[in-house]
Parts: sequence; structure tokens; C-alpha cells
Amino acid sequence: MLEIEGIELRYGAVKAVRDVSLRMEQGELVTLLGANGAGKSSTLKSIAGVLKPARGTIRLDGQDISGLSPEQLVRRGVAMVPETRDVFPDLTVEENLQLGAFCRRRDTRGVAASRERMFDLFPLLAERTRQPAGTLSGGQQQQLVIARAMMSDPRLLLLDEPSLGLAPVIVDRIFEMIVELRQSGVTILLVEQNATKALKISDRSYVLSLGRVAASGTSDDIAARSDLKSIYLG
Amino acid sequence: MAVYVQFLIDVLSLGSLYALMALGLVIVYGILKLVNFAYGELIMVAGYSLFLLGGTPLPWLVMAAIAVLMAIGAGIATEYAAFRPVRSKSVTAVLITSFAFSTLLQNAALLFISPRARTVPLPDIFSDTVVLGGATIPLRNILTIVAAAIMLAIFSFIMKKTVLGLAMRAAATKFTMARMLGIPANLVITSAFALSGLLAGVVSLFWLGRIGSVVPGIGLEPLLVAFIATVIGGMRSLQGAVVGGFLLALIVTTFNYSLPPELLKFRDAFTFSLVILILLWRPDGLIKGPATGQRT
Repeated sequence: MLEIEGIELRYGAVKAVRDVSLRMEQGELVTLLGANGAGKSSTLKSIAGVLKPARGTIRLDGQDISGLSPEQLVRRGVAMVPETRDVFPDLTVEENLQLGAFCRRRDTRGVAASRERMFDLFPLLAERTRQPAGTLSGGQQQQLVIARAMMSDPRLLLLDEPSLGLAPVIVDRIFEMIVELRQSGVTILLVEQNATKALKISDRSYVLSLGRVAASGTSDDIAARSDLKSIYLG
Repeated sequence: MAVYVQFLIDVLSLGSLYALMALGLVIVYGILKLVNFAYGELIMVAGYSLFLLGGTPLPWLVMAAIAVLMAIGAGIATEYAAFRPVRSKSVTAVLITSFAFSTLLQNAALLFISPRARTVPLPDIFSDTVVLGGATIPLRNILTIVAAAIMLAIFSFIMKKTVLGLAMRAAATKFTMARMLGIPANLVITSAFALSGLLAGVVSLFWLGRIGSVVPGIGLEPLLVAFIATVIGGMRSLQGAVVGGFLLALIVTTFNYSLPPELLKFRDAFTFSLVILILLWRPDGLIKGPATGQRT
């Protein structure tokens, strides 16, 4: 479904990603591991169209998407949840979700169905529809941004550090939700610092180091290789 | 009693214009984090449209509607000509291009129309007066207040109840995030410019109603006023723009009423001193608005 071939990403003169290739099949849950600065977030941003690759190609269903804008990629079924947990603080929970469905806003029935599904999955949000998103706790905001991304009915969900800075109990809940989302058929690419948990729920993993793929394989294999731990635990 | 009524109406009518003007500036600033220095020229465009339509037999309301549409068109043209080509490249470049576009429009008016003031057609109702609580009040001040109230209601409906308005508010806080939800950057930005054109167009009708004529440099004062009002009220908040507009009108009108005649010519000096004091006390403006860091 997704094929990345030898991309290089840079911020001005700084190369964040030197040479990364990866592939994902429909319905897979794949984890990107690596220390800070390994290039995980940049890789996700390039798939979401926020960062244009200086070299290499990104293909979705065989079509080159490396030049497309973020808004075009949403229409192709790619949804991104950035690590900065960007809720729109002065809009209510309801309005945040409404904007998540921006590109399919004319499909009112489909949007209403997605909304119900998200409220089933994230019952906390259902109780707070009229509350400004800025007043939610960190864990609630994380649930909101995931639910909001899901409102576009994506086929590929990119999750950047969903457990960052959250209390352990809430981290567990977020991971349960990721598993539930995956069971509903969404393909998920997960970037996580919490390697143990991420390896447990994912099918396959890639370990990035200094902008290159250091290792890849099934998550069980990666978890079993003790030599990699020093790389992804940083 | 009469003087209080007069004072109140003066503050409200001047404040209405300042507030609408400031809103138009802030809506673009909120999204792009850039001040549109060609904003004052929207007033000029509407003014000259009215002047050029003056010889036609059209009813005044139709002329006014066309003038407002021209201001909206000029707002959108600003975006296409001055902002879009350089937007993603450099902030300094946009600063310069918006100044350049402003100068271009002013010089076009100088060259093709005249450097001298041109009278614009105004309806008779603008020169009527009413007696209210013992005070004789120009009817156009009442009309200004009513029009501003209607505009604020429309504006707040658009921003709160329509998807486009929500998208604009979202883009004003987290622009890249909004794009990652599929909200097209160009649509949001162009809509913001169109809305600022609508506000400036409506303001221009009443601004011209006060002075009766249009000159190429007419945009400078409203731009300055809008800029100061937004700085007082808070650059990031739509409510702040409105509050700042009315507060600035209150300050100016108070000085108009209370300063002795020989000091009145220094009114602006007094006004700006007070603005400096307000900013020393609240450097972010009175209303902070949602935090936003990223420039787009």
C-alpha cells in the first residue's frame, strides 16, 4: 500500500533523514523506532506531505505522492496525528471533530456515523462535546486528535508519539485504542518512544538510526534482538 | 444630558468604524501572521468606485453595493498579487510586496483619476439629523452604529456557525494542522482576504460619509487606526480587535470633548501616549487570544 524508496529529508542544510526505505501492506500496524533525532517524525511528515523529500519517492497504491500537499493527501486517505497534539484550543470538541471531516463534509450521513463510532471508542469525548478543546487534559487532547484524524475516514493513519508525556494509565488506554482502530481495518504507522509497548502491539518494525534504517523485521524478532535496544532506546 | 447622549453616540459610531476596520486587519493577520499594509487602499478602491459611479443614474444602494464588491475584489487581488507568489518564501518579501501593492494602487489613482479630492455621491439621509435626548445627532452616526451591529452579527455568524469560519479560526491557531485535516490553505487565505475586503468596503461607505470625498492617500488613516486598535486589543484575538476599536474611539472622543482648544491639535500625541501606557501595562494587548507560535 505504501512504499518509500530511499528518501532524503532536510531542514535547510540539516539532513534529518539520509536514506530511508520502507513498505507497508494494507491492514498492517508498523512501528518506527529510534532515538531522538533518528528521523522518525520527519519520515511521517514526508508521508503526510508536510515535508518534501529532497531525493527518493513515496508511493501510495503505486502512485507517486511525494509532491502532493497535505490537503491533497487527506483526500487520498492519509491522516496524520502530529506529536505536538495540535487541538484547535478555542474550538469545541464537536467543532474540532467537524473540521476533521472537512473533506467529506457533504457526506452528512457518513460523517454522523464516524462521529458515533468515535464517541463509542472515546466515550470521554462524548461527554465534552461543547467544551473548548484547550481546556481538556493532555490525555483527552490526545484522544481528540486521534478521533479528529479518524473523522476523515482514512485508510492510512500516521501516529506520531501518541503516548508522549501522558500518565501510565492513560498510555495503556491509548494503546488499547490503537489496537481497536487497527481491528477496524485502518493501516497504521506508529512512531513511539515507548518501544516495549509498541513492539507488543505491532506486526513489523523498523529501527531508524541517524536518518537510516538500522534494522527491520517482525516486531517479535526486533524485540528479541538485544543488540538493537541501545539504538532505539537512545 | 444632551452632551452625554452626544458623547455616547460619537464614541459608538467612531468605535464601530474602528472596530470593523481592525477586524479586517486581524482576520488576515491571524492566519498569515502578517499585517496587510495594502489594507487601507481597499477603502480607497471603494471610494473611487463610488466616485466613478456618481454620474450614473443607479440608486445609491446599488452604487454602494458595487463599491463594497470592488473592495472585496481588491482584497482578493491583494492576496493574489502581493501575498500568494511570495508567501511561502520570505516574511520580509511579503512585507515589501504588500507595501508595493499599496503604493501601486495609490499611484494608479493619482495617475488615472487625480491627486485632488473627488466628491463621492452620498444619499440625503447621510446629512439628516435627529434629536435624541435633547442632542442633535447626525443620522449617519446612528446608521453607522446599526450597520456595524449588523456586520458584527454576520461576521460572528460566519466565524462561529459555518464550516468555512471554523476552518479560518482553526487555521489562525494551527495552520499546518488545519492543512493536515484537508482544509485547503489557499481557500482559507483567500476567504480571509475577501472578508477583510467586505469589512473595509462597508467601513468606507461611512468613512466617506463623514468627509464626503476621496483622495489617493485616504487609506493611511484607517490603516493606522486599525493597526493601533488591534495592537491595543491584542493582535491574535477577533474580540480584541473589536474591543480595541471601541477603546481607541473612546480615548479619541474623550480628548475631543475635554481638551482645551489650544491643545486639541496635539490630540494624537495624547492618544498615542495613552496607547503606550496601555501597552506598557499589557504588552500583549488587552485580550490575549489563543497561543500560536508558527508562522506560515
